[in-house]
Amino acid sequence: MLFKVFPRDQLEILYDILAGHHLVGPQIIGTDRNGQELFAFDYIHSFTELRIDFTSTVHSLKSFVLPPRENLSSFALANNDWEKNVDLGIYKPHVFFGLHPCDINALNKLDKVLTGPVYPDPFYTGKRKNMFIIGVNCIPQPWCFCKSMGTDTVLSGFDMFLTDLGDKYFVEIQSATAYDILMELPITEPTDEDHRRFVQLMDERNSKFTCQVDNSDLTKILDLEFQSPVWQEWGKRCMSCGTCANVCPTCYCYGVTEHVDLDLKSATKQKQLYSCNLIDFAMVSGGHNFRPDSASRLKYRYYHKHRGFQEAYEEALCVGCGRCGQACLAGITVPEVIDSVRRQEVPK
Amino acid sequence: MNKLDFVDVLPARQISTRKSDLSSFEYSYRAEITNVYGLTNTEKLYQIRIVDSDQRHQFTFKPGQFVMLELPGIGEGPFSISSSPTRHGDLELCIRAVGNLTNFLSRVPRGTLVGISGPFGTSFPVEDMENSDLILIAGGLGIVPLRAPLFSILENRSRYKQIDIIYGARNPSELLFTYQYQMWRQFDINLEIIVDQADEKWQGPVGLITEILKHRLEAAGNNLSSNTYAIVCGPPVMFHFVCDMLINAQLPMQKIFVSLERRMHCGRGKCCRCNIGATYTCLSGPVFDYWSVLNMKEAI
Repeated sequence: MLFKVFPRDQLEILYDILAGHHLVGPQIIGTDRNGQELFAFDYIHSFTELRIDFTSTVHSLKSFVLPPRENLSSFALANNDWEKNVDLGIYKPHVFFGLHPCDINALNKLDKVLTGPVYPDPFYTGKRKNMFIIGVNCIPQPWCFCKSMGTDTVLSGFDMFLTDLGDKYFVEIQSATAYDILMELPITEPTDEDHRRFVQLMDERNSKFTCQVDNSDLTKILDLEFQSPVWQEWGKRCMSCGTCANVCPTCYCYGVTEHVDLDLKSATKQKQLYSCNLIDFAMVSGGHNFRPDSASRLKYRYYHKHRGFQEAYEEALCVGCGRCGQACLAGITVPEVIDSVRRQEVPK
Repeated sequence: MNKLDFVDVLPARQISTRKSDLSSFEYSYRAEITNVYGLTNTEKLYQIRIVDSDQRHQFTFKPGQFVMLELPGIGEGPFSISSSPTRHGDLELCIRAVGNLTNFLSRVPRGTLVGISGPFGTSFPVEDMENSDLILIAGGLGIVPLRAPLFSILENRSRYKQIDIIYGARNPSELLFTYQYQMWRQFDINLEIIVDQADEKWQGPVGLITEILKHRLEAAGNNLSSNTYAIVCGPPVMFHFVCDMLINAQLPMQKIFVSLERRMHCGRGKCCRCNIGATYTCLSGPVFDYWSVLNMKEAI
């Protein structure tokens, strides 16, 4: 990896260089009931809109790579015959300006499922390959447990990664494209002082992660506690609304539906992101439901993320961003659930 | 200056070949429903032929695999192939009308064009089973995925030793493929059928499938030779009872094969609908040996 620094006021120049492209970044979309700013990823039209000092976005970046609804194919229907057309929906290169390590890690995890190995998903892969990613270091929030999940830092999956040193940006460069672009800025080699400040900043940041999950032997514990009554208790609280999956940067499950247009001359096949918390997720034809109650569905979600994915890819399908806990209508958070499963009791 | 000129990595023209490139994802064969036979009140047997003759001959599958069948605009679903693998792209699918897609399918005429993608999933290791005794156990619709390996076995009957088929249905009117029983028996197969509820014409045994299996195991002295394989297909409730009996009769778990049912929306390990823990039923299944099933939570 190459390390460089550039003066803080050059960030706008970097923005200007990239502004000719479709540029997505964090911006303010409103305030919550406590008056706190709410951030979201959206298309940026001027540098002043871009807020790379954001805390955390309500939704993840997922909608740009895995749209909530997407047409898989369309059909032209005529007299007992049909023609299938597939539009992979690949967009032009997009610049994603200001992704936190957890969000970049989330994309890396999604890549493992969706870009390989047996049937790569072309809808996802196409969009993913046309992404130019500028990461930024974040300020830990009270609900982030990314440190426990090992996703508080990121080594791959971005083009350049910025860390604010005060008057300078410390930049890690991962791609030739990023290097070319940075050559237009007055970049310099980091000095010893810059190194020292970087290390000091990282130390300060590390000390701010307050929320933790004990992951040790979690896979085995989830197996052992599969029949634990703790799940029933959490199931009583869970409303099976699927909000957690909606905001989760790594939830990728979907359902497929087909529709005939009103003129009966065309039809579309559409995929829609789904959630394993929704009641009919594991229902099969004829009405048998493999996970009929909310407890078994909630358990399955944890089991898939922290046990199943671990078995398949040697890592959990959770980046510890804490969005699910923030969004949950019943106030269920991952650290609480995992902790209660370990202790075999549910907090009052 | 345009710095970012990443190519559109997947040009549309790639959507013509199968496998090995990304475009296979939404590719489907055009296939024609050439014949429809009503087997019972709810099940029909559909003979489906891939339209393009080259594609038809190249289409190969292994017994136990499934295809995704699509009626454009109505829906798509996974169905076990119920015909002989040597028939290539002339497929038989036995389908019960229970949902939107299958109810619609039960009303379409011959000649309807459907989309077929696949084959997907794992298969029964019929070649490993050669020179062995076989016990095929089916409950209800379970006879459907069992028919492809059965055809495979019948076509090479001399390579297998004793073959027992134990088949149970709710009542005589729900028995599938009745017209083929005589043919199976001619291949020196011991076919035993049991129903839960008899009607006035029924002369065979009445009860649960486990009763027939019990007799079969008692005849073997409750000790199946290690040279025996079992294939079990049926409703989830049947697996535990049947497989436990087989294990009690000393049949090793890895010699019992089951085919699991899940709803699949893609068949390609992406939609997660068929996921059991770490396992995608569509990729690692639907055929599993019983040891793998025991090792998965909530599998049956």
